[in-house]
Parts: sequence; structure tokens; C-alpha cells
Amino acid sequence: MKDKLRKAAPALMIVALLFFWEMVVRLFQVPMYVLPAPSSVVSALFHNIPDYLYHSGTTVMEALVGMAISLVIGVMIGIIMDAFPLVRDCLYPVLVVSQTVPVIVLTPIFIIYLGFGYAPKILTVVLMCFFPIVVNFCDGLGTIDPGYENLVRTYGGSPWQMYRIVKLPSAMISLLSGMKVAATYSISGAVVGEWIASQSGLGYYLIRAKNNYLMDKVFACVLMIILLSLFMNWLVKLFAYLVLPMNRRKK
Amino acid sequence: MSKLNVEGLNFHYGSKQVIKDISFSISEGEFVSILGPSGCGKSTLLNLLAGILKPDSGEIRIDGTQVRGMSKHFAYMPQKDLLLPWKTILDNVCLYGEIHKKKQEMKKYALEQMKRFGLEGYENSYPDELSGGMKQRAAFLRTTLCEADIYLLDEPFGALDVITRGDMQDWLRQISTDLKKSTLLVTHDTDEAIYLSDRILILGKPGEGIRKEIVIEERDRDRDWLYRQGEMRAEIYRIIKQGDK
Repeated sequence: MKDKLRKAAPALMIVALLFFWEMVVRLFQVPMYVLPAPSSVVSALFHNIPDYLYHSGTTVMEALVGMAISLVIGVMIGIIMDAFPLVRDCLYPVLVVSQTVPVIVLTPIFIIYLGFGYAPKILTVVLMCFFPIVVNFCDGLGTIDPGYENLVRTYGGSPWQMYRIVKLPSAMISLLSGMKVAATYSISGAVVGEWIASQSGLGYYLIRAKNNYLMDKVFACVLMIILLSLFMNWLVKLFAYLVLPMNRRKK
Repeated sequence: MSKLNVEGLNFHYGSKQVIKDISFSISEGEFVSILGPSGCGKSTLLNLLAGILKPDSGEIRIDGTQVRGMSKHFAYMPQKDLLLPWKTILDNVCLYGEIHKKKQEMKKYALEQMKRFGLEGYENSYPDELSGGMKQRAAFLRTTLCEADIYLLDEPFGALDVITRGDMQDWLRQISTDLKKSTLLVTHDTDEAIYLSDRILILGKPGEGIRKEIVIEERDRDRDWLYRQGEMRAEIYRIIKQGDK
């Protein structure tokens, strides 16, 4: 009984908060353009579900393409940095400093360079996702027990075999944790890109709803962004399940 | 003719001469242990043979032919099992086959060997499902599948508890008489050396070289025999402690 209560506690907490929110809005008759009740947020979402699905589609597409590009570039640069310590020493500090530049100030510049299409949004996603992927992956490659390296070398393995047999699989766990962080960033990155200039996507829809003081729709967008971020996270978990065979065995 | 011939091996770390003018030889099928105080360069010597480190000078000859660097003649087994956690036991022990593109034929042979190595029924398990002793046996099976002439074992049971270590020694004693491979075992456990070896080389302080060589004639050994070797144990202890002031 106590265990069950423990497990249910987070859900109960959220339900209690939502209930409190609903009560406050109803009791004090807070106007909708200030704070919509959770019930009106959900009803706004369901009454406009085709719109939300359409705009979510754009956002998810940008996030997925951005993630895929970050993954490919991140893995390539991670391997190069691991194989050539000089490259790592040169590049690592630059990568860290590059993260201190807020992406939101760069996005307008990308729009000037790349136009109003999907490219600047995808680039925003890439800039946000690339860093956690490359840093986690590179650290993962760097912390492998040198005993494994010696073992493969004494067995006559080539440097390429070293990566294929030992290094890449063992850095997979760090790569996946980087991807989990990146997955949650990816949706926010796409939304930020859409804010500045776009014709579709949740960011575009959110700005339009805000300009009309339709706060229930704005909150519904926020809800949708949360759900999509969780969805991206779940996709990474699915990917992890597929690439790590030892997670697949029956317990 | 001896299988392995080491002559005048020298090696230093920084300004410290760890291995100084070490020479010894091992004949075909002989089991030789290297004993010595910690930091005497036992593991360094093994790393030099395995080709992980390069000697400053000296020669390593196998069947009379000089070898340099990594050589397919040696199968090296470190203290850590170094099994890859995402590979099954069968895939792990066939690592050498995977590297040399003959995994399928090796798998067949490995499966036949599973029982002898006490791993029957664990072919498709992952390393974290095995006990410490089993992991070590899997690592040893991987070593024997290397198609090498000489085994280099670097404290293979050093990380195991006393009981498991005893079982592993019994098992290794059994299996090494079957395999009849030239073996060089580095250990700090005197009993282990007495129990398993045909010959024991006692290393002195770093840079001192081989202090003493002890030949053990007895072929028919068991634990009771080992317990009666108090005198030999005491002698070895005295030699190791010699000049320790």
C-alpha cells in the first residue's frame, strides 16, 4: 500500500496542482486572456486538433532532421577528436565557448542568410543538439579502459577494428545520454526558429495565438511542446533499445 | 631447444631502470611463474613480451627466431577479465576470430570447449550475469583461442576472493597439464606459484634482475601436497625479503 502510494505520488501531485489551478481560475473568475483554466487549455487543444497536428508535424520534422544532422556530424567530429588529440585540444574549447552564445540571437541571422524556409530552423536545432551529442560521445570515447585497447592490439587488431569492436560500442551509452539531452532541446530549438519567421510550426502557431490574446491556445501549444519533447525522448529510448543488445534480453 | 628465449632485456620508465639485463628461457610446454615484491617489474616484463611496451635493448626469441613488437606467438591475459559487456560470452571468447575474420569456425570450436571451461549453458549470457571466477575462465578461454604458442598470464586470479581463487588454481592446474602450452604466469601469490609451476623465477628489486630460480620436480600435485611445502614457501619468502632493510 505504502509502495503504491509512493509510485503514485508524482501523478497525484500534478493532479492536485491542476485542480488547485482550476479552482483558483473559477473562484476568482480570472479572465481567459490572463490565465486560462486547465480545462479550457485541454478543450482548446481538442477543438483545434487538426491545426495542432499539422503544426506539430512541421516542428517534429525540423527537430528530427536537426537531430539526425547533429548525430552524424557529432559522431564524425567525436571520432576525429578522439583519434587526433591535437584536433581535440584545438576544437574542444571552441565548442565550449560556442555554447555561451544564445541561439536565439543567432536565429535572425540565419534567416537573413538562409531565407524563410526550413533551413534556418533546422540549423537552430542543430546548434542546440550538436553540443551535448559531441561532448558526451567524445568523453565516452576518452574514458575507455586502456586495457581493452592493449587487448585488441595484442590480438593483432587494426585501429579501425579498435573503434568498431571496442570504442564505438562502449561509447554508445554516453552517446545515448547526449542524445537524450539533445532530444529535449530539439523541439525547443525548432520552436525558437519558428518564432522569428515562418509559415507553419508550433512556434508560428504560438506567436499567432499570443498576438490575438488567445491564452488557452498558447497554453495548449506549451502542452503540445511538452508532449513532443517527451515523444522525442521516447524515440531515443527506442533507439537505445534497438542498438544495445544487452538491454534486450529477457530478465 | 627452448621455446622462448629472453636475453639481456632492459627497460626504463623515466629515469628508473625497471628491467635490467634479464635473461631466461622457457621450454616447450613448460609452466613458469614469476614471483617478486610489488613494483619489481613483473607486469612490465610481461608487457614487454606481449609487445605493449618496447624494450630499450635485448632480444626476445621464439623457436630461435627474434620477434619484435606485437607477435602472434603470445596470447596475453591481463588481470581484469576485459570482457565486452555488450557481447555474449560466445562472442567475447571469439574476439580473436572476429579480428582475424574466422569467427564462424572459431565459434564451433569454442562451443566444444565451453564445458571444459565450466561455461556450459552460458554461451548466450552476458558477462554481468557471470560470477567473477566464470568471467576469468571466459577470459582464459578467449586467451586459449588465440592460436598462440605461449600464454602470458598477468595475475589472472588476483582480483578474486580466496575460495574462488583456490578453485581456479585447481582448474588451471588441471587444464594446463592438458593443454601443454608454454606458460608464463606473473603472480604475487607464493602458493599459486608453487602449486602451478614447473619452475619459479624470483625477481629482485626493480633493476636487480632474477634473484633465484626454483625448479619443482613433483608432477603429481594436489592441495595436500601444497600444504606440505612449508619449507619451500619459507625459502621463497626469505629470498623475496632478502636485502629488505
